[in-house]
Amino acid sequence: MGYQIFGKREFYSNIKGEHSYFTVRVSDQKIHSNVNDVTLMASFDAETIFRHFDEVSSDGGIIYDSELENVDTERVHTLDSTFKERLHKYLESKNKPFTIGGVLEIAKEKGVNLYPVSFKKILVNLAQEADNPKLRSLIRMYNVIGVSLSLGLIKMPSDSLFHSIDTIFSKKPQIAEINKQAANYSYNYASKFENFDHSLTGTTKEPHTILVQGHYGTSIGKMVSGCRFQSYYPITPASDESGYLESHQILEVQNNRPGSTAVIQTEDEISAMGMMIGAALTGTRSSTSTSGPGFALMTEAIGWAGINEVPIVITLYQRSGPSTGLPTRHGQDDLLFAVHAGAGDFPKIVYASGDIEESFYDTGRCFNYADVFQIPVIHMMDKFLSSSVVTCKRFDPNKITIDRGKLLDKVEGEYKRFAFTDDGISPRSRLGLDNGIFWNTGDESDEYGHISEDPVERIKMMDKRMSKLDLALERIPDEEQAVSFGAHEHTIVSWGSTKGPIIDALSMLKKEGIDIGFIQIKLIHPFPTDYVKSLLKDTKIIIDIEANHSGQLGKIFKQNVLKDINYSILKYSGRGMTSTEIYDSLKKIVENKADKREVLTHGA
Amino acid sequence: MALKLADYKTDVHNDWCPGCGDFGIVNALQMALAEMGIERDKATIFSGIGCSGKTSHFINTYGVHTLHGRVLTFAQGGKLANPEMTVVAVGGDGDGLGIGAGHFVAAGRRNVDMTYIIFDNGVYGLTKGQASPTLKLGEQTKSLASPNTNYDVNPIGLAVASGFTFVARGYSYDVRHLKDLIIKAVKHKGLAFLDVLQPCPTYNDINTRDWYAGVDLAQESIERHSRIYKLEDTQFDPLVHYDDEVEVNEKLSQALIKSLEWGNKIPIGVFYQNELISPFTTRLKDQIPNYLENPPAKQKISENGLPITNVSKILDSLEV
Repeated sequence: MGYQIFGKREFYSNIKGEHSYFTVRVSDQKIHSNVNDVTLMASFDAETIFRHFDEVSSDGGIIYDSELENVDTERVHTLDSTFKERLHKYLESKNKPFTIGGVLEIAKEKGVNLYPVSFKKILVNLAQEADNPKLRSLIRMYNVIGVSLSLGLIKMPSDSLFHSIDTIFSKKPQIAEINKQAANYSYNYASKFENFDHSLTGTTKEPHTILVQGHYGTSIGKMVSGCRFQSYYPITPASDESGYLESHQILEVQNNRPGSTAVIQTEDEISAMGMMIGAALTGTRSSTSTSGPGFALMTEAIGWAGINEVPIVITLYQRSGPSTGLPTRHGQDDLLFAVHAGAGDFPKIVYASGDIEESFYDTGRCFNYADVFQIPVIHMMDKFLSSSVVTCKRFDPNKITIDRGKLLDKVEGEYKRFAFTDDGISPRSRLGLDNGIFWNTGDESDEYGHISEDPVERIKMMDKRMSKLDLALERIPDEEQAVSFGAHEHTIVSWGSTKGPIIDALSMLKKEGIDIGFIQIKLIHPFPTDYVKSLLKDTKIIIDIEANHSGQLGKIFKQNVLKDINYSILKYSGRGMTSTEIYDSLKKIVENKADKREVLTHGA
Repeated sequence: MALKLADYKTDVHNDWCPGCGDFGIVNALQMALAEMGIERDKATIFSGIGCSGKTSHFINTYGVHTLHGRVLTFAQGGKLANPEMTVVAVGGDGDGLGIGAGHFVAAGRRNVDMTYIIFDNGVYGLTKGQASPTLKLGEQTKSLASPNTNYDVNPIGLAVASGFTFVARGYSYDVRHLKDLIIKAVKHKGLAFLDVLQPCPTYNDINTRDWYAGVDLAQESIERHSRIYKLEDTQFDPLVHYDDEVEVNEKLSQALIKSLEWGNKIPIGVFYQNELISPFTTRLKDQIPNYLENPPAKQKISENGLPITNVSKILDSLEV
């Protein structure tokens, strides 16, 4: 069809039964976020309508199952009492009954078009037409019915619908056939609806566009970067990455025999970390993928990797904390934790990706940083990214380089793993290499890696290791440290997945003649103070945007840049930011009507 | 040139207490490595934390002194990435059966081809003698303020129950016997566990060298000169001979029953051995046919600084 899409899954921490929904924004332009308003809502059940009816815009539409009109809130057991109380109060104020009919009336009064469809009747009619009585009770078909009704309503050519069904059920042609019948029937059913002003009839295809889910960037990035060992313990939203790596564990290698990634599910995150370090000591590019609570268990070992100068990459898919927090919801709560993780003073790199496409290339960078500086690298990702489904430019593996730093292929003469060198980085042997014997210890050590408590040697070793932070700032190119989308009198500093909604909000403002700058900070630790300062030299008002409560990047920024954050736009409801709400807050800031701390709340 | 025992020793100063049982274990390990002729740079000793954790610094092979309780995790990662390497993990009973007990059980289930030696002395030596997991309930070693309030864990029983495929016990003052056990353990195809009784002369004043020697057992000591006896001197057959439920169950249960023997008669030797269970590396090979020829540590990943992994098929499938 050629459209660019931005989709996002939201779901509860449960297996099935609770409310899940998917929002997808479709555009003929490149888009990076969701907006507040929903143009078309396809609902299969009552809960969706109760929770989302007020998000549909005044010229939008709601497709719903007409059998549900009399359902009241008490019949929907998955509506929690907090939500119900809020909804009831609202309905009372509008003098409406606590039913689907009640909330739909409100929508209708707002100007929303209602498209009632009896899903049950569709199945009955379909069963008659197809002479297949089994179809009557196939509630599983509600999905395809809902999708097909939507596509019929927006007049999207039906061939893409049938093609998708064929692809999904490619191994089950009979099921595909039944689904296509249902799709065809529903599609035609919806095309008789009137008054819907929106249509998606196709646009010019942008060549080399791919459709990716959130974890594809880091997983395919790991394959290309030569990561050959990944240990992990299951945790949302990180384990999708390990699952993907495992399902593609045998790798095609140019002019060589097949390679592979050993993906090992461990007994806990401590073990995932230990195994990864053990594997990294053999010279294998190794990583793990986790989320906040799992990362909390990894912190002792990250110090070990720090003192032993082991290159490892931890992909940290953040979710909302503290503790188990909102296990399936979004949050950027772990930045300060990542920067400070581990006992003692040791160097590490914390690097943040802003979108899925970026995360592919950043994965390559993270492995290079790890190898070159012999340092643990924490690659910050999050739930917003992981549950997004987006179109983007096809990943280009040739833009990833592989720099293994001072990793040795052979050793001659006497070898000292932690030899003092001019740049603080010692040539690195690997377990099993001829003549490369070394020792590691979590204690302070001498150049061979044997325990040493000598105070003079201690100072030298600490200085050697910690000097790598300066070296990283010196060697990592500016454009990898931070990305400037322009700096103006008002400039945003932000990190991670807020990038997409910020970019979209800024282009909305630009259309109104309002220019706001944006510096996306990617290297969070060590903090690129000089470069960020230089970018902000003409900025007067600094706006920090983050999905956490305390403005964590803002704190790091202040500490390093020695400038105050003038405004913070924060969100910690567990839901991702939309460009609409960022736009609204920015506009208030420009008009001097904003609070110092703007808290965003959109999303069910 | 053939390697000698001395080649496996480092000149790192050993700061264990005089008379420590750990010396016997390190000697036995060095002797075993020398006797098997394992190249020094083809072996890695991983160690935990505590007195026993220093072991890796005294042996002139690759040595990785890890974290408290986590030695098995590092060791398995190293072995899986470079399966050609001989891997021996060592640690104390507090390390492996207290803080690291979860890893102990999980390692048994995996059955990675390597050896794990526990220096079993019933106390946390390096932190001044607190009760460790193998100290019996009600016993009061020197630095305990009151008798031990926890029941003891049975290392052999736990290993057998967790899926270790070679389970044995040695005694640190019977160095030759221990050396032979280590050789058997290293040669075993799968995860081998060695519980080594190791008197702590400073903090464990109950299970002392004299106690193991049975000097308090006047009558019996005349006959045997020790509490300790060797399973191989009896009719005990630890080996699972064929893959049959009855056979396996019999060998598992006799190992467990034998492991409960304590007091005046303490068995050492091999309690259980089963080579019919696939090592983890074989299980990986079932998924990745060339895993052993081209393991993670040997794989070529780049040429002239550019990646050589071809993901174009994956990317093609994502094109819209």
